[in-house]
Amino acid sequence: MGAAFKETKLPADAPKSHRALAWVDDRFPLTKLWNDQWGRYYAPKNFNIWYLFGSLAMLVLVLQIVTGIFLTMHYKPDAGLAFGSVEYIMREVPWGWLVRYMHSTGASAFFIIVYLHMTRGLLYGSYRKPRELIWLFGFAIFLCLMAEAFFGYLLPWGQMSYWGAQVIVNLFSAIPIIGPDLSLWIRGDYVVSDATLNRFFAFHVIAIPLVLLGLVAAHLIALHEVGSSNPDGIEVKENLGPDGHGVDAIPSHPYYTTKDLFGVSMFLLIFSSVVFFAPEMGGYFLEYNNFLPADSLKTPPHIAPTWYFTPFYSVLRATTSDFMWVVMLGLAAYVVLIWMRSRLSYKAKVAITVIAIVAEIGMLFLEAKFWGVVLFGSSVVILALLPWLDHSPVKSIRYRPGWHKSVYAVFFATFLTLGYLGTQLPTPAYTLVAQACTLLYFSFFLLMPWWSAMGRFKPVPKRVTFTPH
Amino acid sequence: MEWRGKPVWILRRTPEMLASLPKNDSLVADPNSDKNYQMPVPAYAKNEFRAYEKHKEVLVVVGICSHLGCSPSARFAEGPQPNLPDDWHGGFLCPCHGSTFDLSGRVFKNKPAPANLDVPPYMYLSDNKILIGKDEKGEA
Repeated sequence: MGAAFKETKLPADAPKSHRALAWVDDRFPLTKLWNDQWGRYYAPKNFNIWYLFGSLAMLVLVLQIVTGIFLTMHYKPDAGLAFGSVEYIMREVPWGWLVRYMHSTGASAFFIIVYLHMTRGLLYGSYRKPRELIWLFGFAIFLCLMAEAFFGYLLPWGQMSYWGAQVIVNLFSAIPIIGPDLSLWIRGDYVVSDATLNRFFAFHVIAIPLVLLGLVAAHLIALHEVGSSNPDGIEVKENLGPDGHGVDAIPSHPYYTTKDLFGVSMFLLIFSSVVFFAPEMGGYFLEYNNFLPADSLKTPPHIAPTWYFTPFYSVLRATTSDFMWVVMLGLAAYVVLIWMRSRLSYKAKVAITVIAIVAEIGMLFLEAKFWGVVLFGSSVVILALLPWLDHSPVKSIRYRPGWHKSVYAVFFATFLTLGYLGTQLPTPAYTLVAQACTLLYFSFFLLMPWWSAMGRFKPVPKRVTFTPH
Repeated sequence: MEWRGKPVWILRRTPEMLASLPKNDSLVADPNSDKNYQMPVPAYAKNEFRAYEKHKEVLVVVGICSHLGCSPSARFAEGPQPNLPDDWHGGFLCPCHGSTFDLSGRVFKNKPAPANLDVPPYMYLSDNKILIGKDEKGEA
């Protein structure tokens, strides 16, 4: 039982604003919420540029919601009218072009920011204990963003919208037995049609955004519960000052408010130059074929997903029936490695072996098409396992052995190469490179329990590295 | 041609095109169309021409790739060209994931697509008139 309700008494000459706040605070923890979540949220004082992307992602989320609301006012979710209504927004609605370009550029900006935000996590081990849940919520946000981008991309009802949706929905048809009916159920028709457009619209404007907002709240609540990590990967809460806060921590307001505002101005500078001068970004942000109305009888000669999906798309495309032999060999070798060099329990090893044997049999009998979809899905989902794959005794890359940096460099290069290949037409040589990159990509994660613990680690300091300026 | 919202191609192949088909038998994954994608292969299409014996120059297929449902583009010219093998005899290339099909809609080996292009049920009403969706065995 809490204490009985008591109205806060302020002196008679207190300003009206103070009285109003006291009145609210007695009834709703407004000041407490602000202080817990930001005002008196103590964060390590050694944040660098990598720590801007969280707040920037928040800004872009708000931007997408606000511009999205205005677009919805003029957009028509009807296969016969959708394409025209988007052109109407571009040409007739006052400032419609600006709102639409902000929304389309915002989508790409969102992914750039989120990829950088995740890179930060990878470099400084932000996902390590006790921040596993922050990472998982963040991963779920990433999935939602991909869904949101995919559903939204159908709405202009251009050629790329149509055929992109056709390909992705058909991914589900690769699932044995239930697949074809499942993709039929998702489309609501035998082909991508008006029914598909309407339901994608519903998902894009209300269902996914609701889930997204909930996840963002969970991500932040979890972060503010355990506290932020930092580039040194040490816990500032373990070294408290007389005021009960970490000696190396500073309140977010005003310190990080100012820093983030500077980040926002830099971001807006770049963002507006794209919106005003290169909204299509050479066909990467808005694909040229999407300026043609959807035609169910003709696939554009060069079809590629928008850039933020291409690394995973390359993995899908790299999975041919020849490549499956390599995958089977790799999987078998991995199981042998687990038996010989892993500290997992006997039960866990048996479980992994059984799963691997079932998978190997499946690879013999099921089509490469199905396994392409499985690898495609795994290449995304494997990110979620990072907190449990990384066995390095230090969190931050700063105190890892020098050669770990090369491992990360190879990984980022692999990811970018896969991304580039995904935008190109497949040729035998490109497919070979994509297959090599797919192997490297999965090896980075699957072998991490071993390599991340190898080498000579540097001593981690007691205090954060910080030079006052 | 649109049938059930999907493109159906009707292609009259030249004698040279027909002559090239047996050369592909060893290169395609399923030369005799034993497997199918979304609809069973009609008996009259289970040959390398995938057509009625009487009108074997006329190919009728659903133009939807059995991989992820894109519509392949026509690449009838022979010989080496971008994205195609050097011993190309003409056929179709799927722009989405690079699957290739020969002039009978048979998928080449080691491509993402698992099955040949579907042959819909169809029948000749006369020499110059085709009905799609229905054959002597009944309606689809």
